[in-house]
Amino acid sequence: MIRSGGAAAFRIGSLALGFTFLYAPIALLAIYSFNASRLVAVWAGFSTRWYGVLGADDQFRNAAATSLEVAAKAASLALVVGTFAGFAMARFTRFHGRRVFSFAMLAPLVVPEIILGLSLLLFFVACAALIGWPPGRGVMTITIAHATFGASFVAVLVRAQLAGFDRSLEEAALDLGARPWIVLARVTLPGIRPALISGWLLAFTLSLDDLVVASFVTGPSATTLPMAVFSSVRLGVSPEVNALATLFLCAVFVLVALAFWLMARQERQRERGG
Amino acid sequence: MIGVGRLGRLILIGFPFLWLGLFFLFPLLIVVKISLAHSAIGIPPYTPLLTNHDGALTFHATLANFALLTRDDLYLRAYLGSLGNAALATTLCLLLGYPIAHAIARASGAWRQTLLFLVVLPFWTSFLIRVYAWIAILQPNGLLNRLLLAVGLIDAPLPLLNNAFSVELGLVYSYLPFMVLPIYGSVSALDQSLIEAAADLGARPWRQFLAVTLPLSLPGIAAGCFLVFVPAVGEFVIPDLLGGPNTLMIGKVLWDEFFENHDWPVAAAVAVVLVAALAAPILFAQRLLDREPAA
Repeated sequence: MIRSGGAAAFRIGSLALGFTFLYAPIALLAIYSFNASRLVAVWAGFSTRWYGVLGADDQFRNAAATSLEVAAKAASLALVVGTFAGFAMARFTRFHGRRVFSFAMLAPLVVPEIILGLSLLLFFVACAALIGWPPGRGVMTITIAHATFGASFVAVLVRAQLAGFDRSLEEAALDLGARPWIVLARVTLPGIRPALISGWLLAFTLSLDDLVVASFVTGPSATTLPMAVFSSVRLGVSPEVNALATLFLCAVFVLVALAFWLMARQERQRERGG
Repeated sequence: MIGVGRLGRLILIGFPFLWLGLFFLFPLLIVVKISLAHSAIGIPPYTPLLTNHDGALTFHATLANFALLTRDDLYLRAYLGSLGNAALATTLCLLLGYPIAHAIARASGAWRQTLLFLVVLPFWTSFLIRVYAWIAILQPNGLLNRLLLAVGLIDAPLPLLNNAFSVELGLVYSYLPFMVLPIYGSVSALDQSLIEAAADLGARPWRQFLAVTLPLSLPGIAAGCFLVFVPAVGEFVIPDLLGGPNTLMIGKVLWDEFFENHDWPVAAAVAVVLVAALAAPILFAQRLLDREPAA
């Protein structure tokens, strides 16, 4: 390829501009979480006092505990449902209702979350009136809602990894007399492990991040972290929220770096293998 | 699938189908049902569609909620506001995102992985926090105004927050990674020898781009545009936190109908019209996602 100086400079310029735009607000937010002043935009020296204030705040601590509980349960449920769906989409290309099936699996990725939230709430209310289930709204209803859209993300990742999976390994195991379910447990599932891990992590962070769907389907008993942050943010910026956001961003950074490293390693292995 | 018999097949298809049918498709139908109900004071705050008076079933559907949407021009302006804001945000994301995606696809191995990671990272971090970060920057005594005042570019703080500008900025900022990723996918999958052939035939870099790269990356552009446009239309957090009294977006109207006015049937009607308006792009985006991934 012919490299011209102007084109290279344009590429570097657009990358620099793009990444400054993406990261400057986050960086400023993190820097000002160490601001001694209560005024978010006025720098008054380095301090970790807002982290202390945050640590003593029961409201945020309880909300964080609720969010982690919901996220862990929802991600695990999403992993099971999504893996089944990913298998069905990758392995069975023709069956009755394939259209409706793939619509149900993939549409939650693009339907606005305000629609997902409203529809699930109305569903839960109608069910409770009709059959007495769910008994109340809270951790369980948020978990079901998050597992539902999380499953779609897991399904896409699992399907993509199965598409690149070497089927001859399964055939070899079957030829050697292994039962189908043993092949699944010992050959196929370990082979798509990176998709399973990154799918769980993605479902987990999506659940941890969700405000809109949780606000609709929750009841008085459960407040998630984004809901607590949102009601505090509506009253204005506060350095305590900055501290919380910084901790949250650090945690997500570690999780995503892990997931990304796993996927990159898998891709390298595939390139070497193929 | 080899060896997994009819039962295995039934479970693999049936279980996720049952789950998403119950918790995604069926709830959408309930929204339609409640959009036809009268609003009422009580729990739940709507009337039943079917009542049983001494064995005589009566059906009480009403189109009053939809009539309200056409009568009060607040709703029409909110729908148009959402579509306009989302369309502008999609265009800006494309203009900003294409050069980024293209530059990443042309970067060498290790750089490419790192840059890709940096694009994906905000995509996974908290949406709410990233929108919140802009408030401190844009508010009247915020970081940007202080900087501009300090440099002497302006004499009085600019109104940067709670207006159309801040909403648009928030949309572009939040949805930019959704545009970059699919375009990156198309550009990086592009056969380099085609560009070399164009160069050998004497095409200048710009012409190579317009004649080869751009047309071949159209699938990525289409996917990116839908992934930005559809969720942006239904956006609630950005108009709520960055918007002002004049910002009308349908996601916020729906939220207020539900949480402030407690008018569930009208909220459901707003949702039905929103889904209907987005049906074509949603189906299109779902088709794009459904294409078999390359092995």
